[in-house]
Amino acid sequence: MKNILELTFKRLLLGFGTIIVISMLIFIGVEALPGDLAEAILGQDATPETVAAFRAELKLDLPPHVRYVEWLGNFLQGDLGNSLAGDRPIAEMIGWRFSNTFFLAAVSTVIAVPIALILGILAALYRNTAFDKTISIVTLSFISFPEFFIAYILIALFSVQFQFFPSIANIDDGMSLFEKLHSVLLPSLTLTMVVTAHMMRQTRASIINILSSEYIEMAKLKGLKRLRVIVVHAFPNSLSPVINVVALNLAYLVVGVVIVEVVFVYPGLGQLMVDSVAKRDIPVVQASGLIFAVTYVLLNLLADLLSIVTNPRQLNPR
Amino acid sequence: MNGFMKLLRRSPWSARIGLIIVLINLTAGVMAPIICPYSETEKAGDIWVQPNAENILGTDHIGRDLFTRLVYGARNTISIAILATFIAFTVGSLMGFFAAVLGGWTDLILSRIIDVLMAFPTLILALMVLSVVGTGTVPLIAVISLIASTRVYRLSRAVAMDIEVMEFVEAARLRGENIWWLMRHEILPNALPPLVAEFGLRFCFVFLFIASLSFLGLGVQPPYADWGGMVRENAGAITFGIMTPLFPAAAIAVLTVGVNLIVDWFLHISSGLKD
Amino acid sequence: MVPLLEMKNIYIEGLSEERWNPIIKGIDLTLNRGEVLGLIGESGAGKSTLGIASMAYTRQGCRISSGSIRFDGEELLGAPKERLRKIRGNRIAYVAQSAAASFNPAYRLINQYAEAPVQHGIMNFKKAAKEARDIYKRLLLPDPDNIGFRYPHQVSGGQLQRAMVAMAMACRPDLIIFDEPTTALDVTTQIEVLAAVKHIVEEFNTAAIYITHDLAVVAQISDRIMVLRYGNLVEEKDTREMIARPEEDYTRRLLAVRSIHEEKDLSQSEKDVILEVSGVSASYDGKSKILEDIDVKIRRGRTVALVGESGSGKSTLARVITGLLPLSGGSISYNGNTLPIALKGRSKEMLRQIQMIYQMPDTALNPNQKVSKIIGRPLEYYFGIKGQKNDKKVFELLEKIELSEKYFSRYPTELSGGEKQRICIARALAAKPELIVCDEVTSALDQLVAKEILKLLQSLQKEMNVSYLFITHDLATVKAISDEIVVMLKGKIVEQGTKEEILAPPHHEYTEMLLSSVPEMDPDWLDCLLKVRKESGKLSSMIEA
Repeated sequence: MKNILELTFKRLLLGFGTIIVISMLIFIGVEALPGDLAEAILGQDATPETVAAFRAELKLDLPPHVRYVEWLGNFLQGDLGNSLAGDRPIAEMIGWRFSNTFFLAAVSTVIAVPIALILGILAALYRNTAFDKTISIVTLSFISFPEFFIAYILIALFSVQFQFFPSIANIDDGMSLFEKLHSVLLPSLTLTMVVTAHMMRQTRASIINILSSEYIEMAKLKGLKRLRVIVVHAFPNSLSPVINVVALNLAYLVVGVVIVEVVFVYPGLGQLMVDSVAKRDIPVVQASGLIFAVTYVLLNLLADLLSIVTNPRQLNPR
Repeated sequence: MNGFMKLLRRSPWSARIGLIIVLINLTAGVMAPIICPYSETEKAGDIWVQPNAENILGTDHIGRDLFTRLVYGARNTISIAILATFIAFTVGSLMGFFAAVLGGWTDLILSRIIDVLMAFPTLILALMVLSVVGTGTVPLIAVISLIASTRVYRLSRAVAMDIEVMEFVEAARLRGENIWWLMRHEILPNALPPLVAEFGLRFCFVFLFIASLSFLGLGVQPPYADWGGMVRENAGAITFGIMTPLFPAAAIAVLTVGVNLIVDWFLHISSGLKD
Repeated sequence: MVPLLEMKNIYIEGLSEERWNPIIKGIDLTLNRGEVLGLIGESGAGKSTLGIASMAYTRQGCRISSGSIRFDGEELLGAPKERLRKIRGNRIAYVAQSAAASFNPAYRLINQYAEAPVQHGIMNFKKAAKEARDIYKRLLLPDPDNIGFRYPHQVSGGQLQRAMVAMAMACRPDLIIFDEPTTALDVTTQIEVLAAVKHIVEEFNTAAIYITHDLAVVAQISDRIMVLRYGNLVEEKDTREMIARPEEDYTRRLLAVRSIHEEKDLSQSEKDVILEVSGVSASYDGKSKILEDIDVKIRRGRTVALVGESGSGKSTLARVITGLLPLSGGSISYNGNTLPIALKGRSKEMLRQIQMIYQMPDTALNPNQKVSKIIGRPLEYYFGIKGQKNDKKVFELLEKIELSEKYFSRYPTELSGGEKQRICIARALAAKPELIVCDEVTSALDQLVAKEILKLLQSLQKEMNVSYLFITHDLATVKAISDEIVVMLKGKIVEQGTKEEILAPPHHEYTEMLLSSVPEMDPDWLDCLLKVRKESGKLSSMIEA
């Protein structure tokens, strides 16, 4: 067990280090703005006095490392500063939107993971059959399609043609869970299709890899039943790679969710971030970017940790 | 050339479809001014006109001919994507090779930098950089090349490492050959097949990425035609049951599928030749 | 009496480049109860394919296209899958080449042992586990009561291979297929597994098919031998008959594979030391030493064989001499001058003097370079010979390695393994070196090809007076080619001297064990050896190592 604890600890440390470096990069990125934030916001015409006053207000007159530590400290306490545009606390804007994005991602995950795993395993078991080839072509297409193409096709079909679901996915706190689900179904279906395609292809590949190993041949030559070969011999060994695939693809959701939110005008963090980039509301971009990046790093971390603890060789070291 | 024709004759239908798609798109892009009935930004009728004899695909949200916009869109989007892929490839594979051949500190530092860049989700990184440097064609190409080059770096480093440990490279090292010889004569020729396939895949990634950024309003800026931007501009039409935004979106999808089909075929023959 | 297994007129095909090509071309095979049959042949002979076909099983991309397989009077070809499943593992068991890959990493050894008998409904787990301990004991596995509770990756290679033999015995099958079970092992470990196989097969009167490329190995185990080549049967005879009176030329050549001998007058070169390694130690991580205090002298025109099993540090020593791995202590001098420890510090002239030939000719040649460039480059690099002169020199070198001019513009993928190794030799010769380091140069080749390569190396030495440092684990090769022998164990030199000194008794204990472990073409060799070792009490210590 010592081995596995050591590996886990190392990986945790690495993940933590990555998050620190990312936060520094985000901070430095803003520092690197030509001129500085104050000038950028107030424009060329501002008098030196106003700029100086504004700088003091934003604490831009302090040395960078002091401001970095303060920024990060505040961030950890949930104080994300104020938005430039509305002068509202960013935490207030982001909190609700983050929970919406999380809801959308969670619904997509719940739909996508079982479908992807079942299809992936079936395709591996019946490889090179018509079923496998069809699935392969369909998923290759979904991977090639931009998210918004799938989204608009779904809209054209289900909200314009049949009017089952709204084309604008608005949710608010007053809605019941069912109403919320009804509202986010199209966006989450879009996400599901894109993510499922990747997840399913990788699941298929890792299962086939296991099935062609020599211990599976040995299990067959022991005269075991096909079901037993798969469930008892292939399954425990495929757990580690498959869990890895799932977690990595959930990390991919982070990217997909931004586009889908824009298509469906969904009040999530991605939509907010895109708007803020256009408005160059840099503190908001900074904060939401950091949240997305940290989520992504944590999911990758989770993927690695799970594949460590589910690997039979790691579980029983020499 | 003869060998290529022979390969082509034995190619599966999927690869042929892919080739046809790519050729049509390239020709359309190159010949845009000749084949288009209107100029790129010219108003050609009412807004969102349905397909008819004058505007074979109808018009867009401010009355420009959609077919013309599509063809110019191919020209703009594909050329930017090719340029960005090319830059990403040159930078990424060169650094990857250096890291693999030199090893030691060079490898360690380069790899850590790439690790940090890859710790960001691609789109988030692009959004953050663009928010700082502003939108425009140059920042767009720069940021996409940067992101794509990290993936190219990873692959070319891994491929070069695999070749590097082979004894023929060691034999050349023992002979006293310098690093340029090793890269040019020993590693590069053997790394080519996976890198060519990667070029196709990276092109798809870059192309989709540009489309996504343009769709978000952060890519190619109006009035220039661009497929992602066209979807964005015409998105409102769909709620009225007008399919205008589906044309550019489908164009993106079709081209990516086409490239993917060719890559699949290439991977198939290059893996088959090894046996 | 009905034979246990009767395969008639078997044709097997393999799929390559979307065409079905014949692998086995109409072979008959008969096996009686309790009989052990050796299937022998070089790579591409189809021996494994034929062996596992006895279970009516083929690997992916192969198919049995016609013939008949009768097991205990029952036709297996075309039998229902369920029927075959009940026979496999139960009445016919399989032992694979790589135990490490064939055990499922997720389960303990004893669970994998018990799986077949429990699933076939022969006994419950408790009884199977009890029997497992018994069989582990018979196979002289250390700590037989508890070893079963380990996971596969927690057990050494030789032990794991014996555990797989035990697993095959679990249902007391009528027939076991052994598919090269000792090929990946060191000689001293090979003995343990061979002894285990022979012991268990005799004790339970199990019939077996033993597949291998090594005639000396199969001679110890089998009652009868079938020699295969290119999917055809060359010759079939009782083992003793085959060893004593082979009929076919091919069999005779296989039998004679270990007989190269050459007497050399060593007195001339006694003083002419070209390379001297003194007190050298080296390590990969700076802590644990892979080499410790190594002293070796290489004299002009002589062959020094560096012998040891895996992990002995023999290849590391080659890396240190060539400068690939900087040494951490001691020094190496070349013609009296100290060699810089790292590759970068060595001049072109120093690099030219020491050339290297590798184990795997497949990876030692750049697949994208033609033979002309592979051999021509050292000529250009060291001597500045270009253009037509270069071509002419390449043709001369091709002649030296006994290949015709038409190889000039070929790519390595168009060559056979032996031809590739010849190109490697030519590349080394092109530099006109004084010393060639040969790292296991014959171990990836078929035996007959290997013999030709050794002969070529010998004749080149005579012609060019070049020295060889010959690294190998194969003592037969050592006996054939060496002038001096250095025996290594765990990074240290155990013993060194001229061939006569080392091969003649008294031996150092480890040298003795190495030498005695090399199988000989004598069917009684293993029995005698085991008897001797048992009497001297070395058997148990040997098996626990």
